[in-house]
Amino acid sequence: MEWIGFYNYWVVVVLMMVGFYIVIAQGNLIKKIVGLNIFQTSVFIFFISLAKLDGGTAPIYVEGVSDYSNPLPHVLILTAIVVGVALTAVGLALVVRIHELYGTIEEDEIHAQDEAQ
Amino acid sequence: MGLVQLHLPALQVIVPMLVAPLVMLMARSPRAAWATATLTSWLTLTITLLLLIRVQAEGVVTYHMGGWLPPVGIEYRVDAVNILVLLVISFISAVVMPFARLSVANEVREDKHCFFYAAFLLANCGLLGITITGDAFNIFVFFEIAALASYSLIATGRERRAVMASYQYLMMGTIGTTFLLIGIGFLYIMTGTLNLVDLSVRLPEVNDTRTVRAALAFIVVGISLKLALFPLHLWLPNAYAFAPSMVTVFLSATATKVAIYVLMRFIFGVFGYELSFNELEMNLLLMPLAMLGILIPSIVAIFHTNIKRMFAYSSVAQVGYIILGISFASTLGLMASVLHLFNHAITKAALFMALGCIAYRLGGVSLVHMTGAGQRMPWTMTAFVIAGLSLIGVPLTAGFVTKWHLILAALDGGLWPIAVFLLGTSVLALLYVWRVVEVAFFRAPLRRIQVREAPLSLLLPTWFLTLACLYFGIETSLPVGLAERAAETLMGGYR
Repeated sequence: MEWIGFYNYWVVVVLMMVGFYIVIAQGNLIKKIVGLNIFQTSVFIFFISLAKLDGGTAPIYVEGVSDYSNPLPHVLILTAIVVGVALTAVGLALVVRIHELYGTIEEDEIHAQDEAQ
Repeated sequence: MGLVQLHLPALQVIVPMLVAPLVMLMARSPRAAWATATLTSWLTLTITLLLLIRVQAEGVVTYHMGGWLPPVGIEYRVDAVNILVLLVISFISAVVMPFARLSVANEVREDKHCFFYAAFLLANCGLLGITITGDAFNIFVFFEIAALASYSLIATGRERRAVMASYQYLMMGTIGTTFLLIGIGFLYIMTGTLNLVDLSVRLPEVNDTRTVRAALAFIVVGISLKLALFPLHLWLPNAYAFAPSMVTVFLSATATKVAIYVLMRFIFGVFGYELSFNELEMNLLLMPLAMLGILIPSIVAIFHTNIKRMFAYSSVAQVGYIILGISFASTLGLMASVLHLFNHAITKAALFMALGCIAYRLGGVSLVHMTGAGQRMPWTMTAFVIAGLSLIGVPLTAGFVTKWHLILAALDGGLWPIAVFLLGTSVLALLYVWRVVEVAFFRAPLRRIQVREAPLSLLLPTWFLTLACLYFGIETSLPVGLAERAAETLMGGYR
């Protein structure tokens, strides 16, 4: 059963689809941002799991250990997490502005208001 | 070589990045914020020109960040292709800044000016960074810097729909860059490197794997979202239509162009011609999408009464022309694409600037506002007409030069129906430009209020770009020469 060995990648795929589905299907602007976060996080997990080495430890020098996980993806994902946080902040700030201007954060109601203009 | 000469590639990105927080502190004086941002954008243009001289002399300029050697460290790499894109970005930002003072003062609240100009500098820095870097992960990070800054720039638009447009752009833009990140992850699994040159060397060994093909698919779809390739363009019309005039000028001329450059880099440079076009036949995907992307948005544009939205749809169509050139998968087609990247940036920027002048004086850019504008604002409207002719592709304008090269490339590839298609779709562009001309010149002004010509500081940049449209339509050697070298470099991959 080789594919069970890659279960981490299956988790990534499932999370990715769940997040993507929320972004597409939800009409609530905050829920969309939550979906976007799940979608991004799945990619972070993907990067981190590809850095893992069987039997390897954390990339810190320890006496008597020869195998380490690859540190580079961890570093990259640290950057990507920062980017993700910034995106969430900007997205939520926009939602606040939308709520101030439209009085709602449901996509269909906003469209109805735009059409009515 | 002096110290400045040596560090030019790094300065190109770092100067706007470091000045941005300084500008943000100038909350007391919007004028100082504007002046600093203007000087910075002129400084980046100077750096680009110095780099251009070095690239002409040396061929390729590489810069190792922090002294770390390429496959391990981050490399900045300037060659015949991205110097052209750098030139477009810094040229447009240098021209748009003098235009910005009055236009932004008119459309953005005064206490927000310092943040506005800071965001502009960050967007500038992000776009320059995407272009100059030779590292795949860096491309992702700079994409997000540029995108975050442009979301906030768009959201400063006066109408409330601007905020919603910005939100939608944020959703689709983030999905696009995350797809790009997945693709980069796949490439990293297979090769263990993020350096673009190193990737192009190591990829041929693992070309046959599903992972590499999935990587190509993710990267192409992700970047296509950013560059607004036809079915993925939905964020663009609203984002351009509701942003402040100056932001529309800047983004329409640079943001999608940079994404197109990244697409070219990946499919020609990293994956290589062999994999992209011979094995996976990307051209069979890109060509119909590009053609639909020219046809449908052009038709949609004809029926819009908001002129800014109309030209936003036209931008989607123009992206279609550039992708069509790529899909010919020949040096000639690629050259036409690179040339259009340059010419369209100037043309669209001139058009949106003219619209900015109209918005400044008339308070809006729908057809109703523009009734009789030709008599009230003759200089603005003349600039508009000349840039419009360039968009259609009339001889003696920059737009004609690219249409001509596109048609030559189509005929060279034996695709004469596409040459006919190109001529046919120019008529669509004629139709939507003509609607504005008809309303502006052949109808009497509706309102009794006296409207004056736009102020000189708005008119001068507009006319500067309009004359550039004419200049590059007559004296074609500079862009054509640069595009020729760029196309040859791209076709050769990274070797």
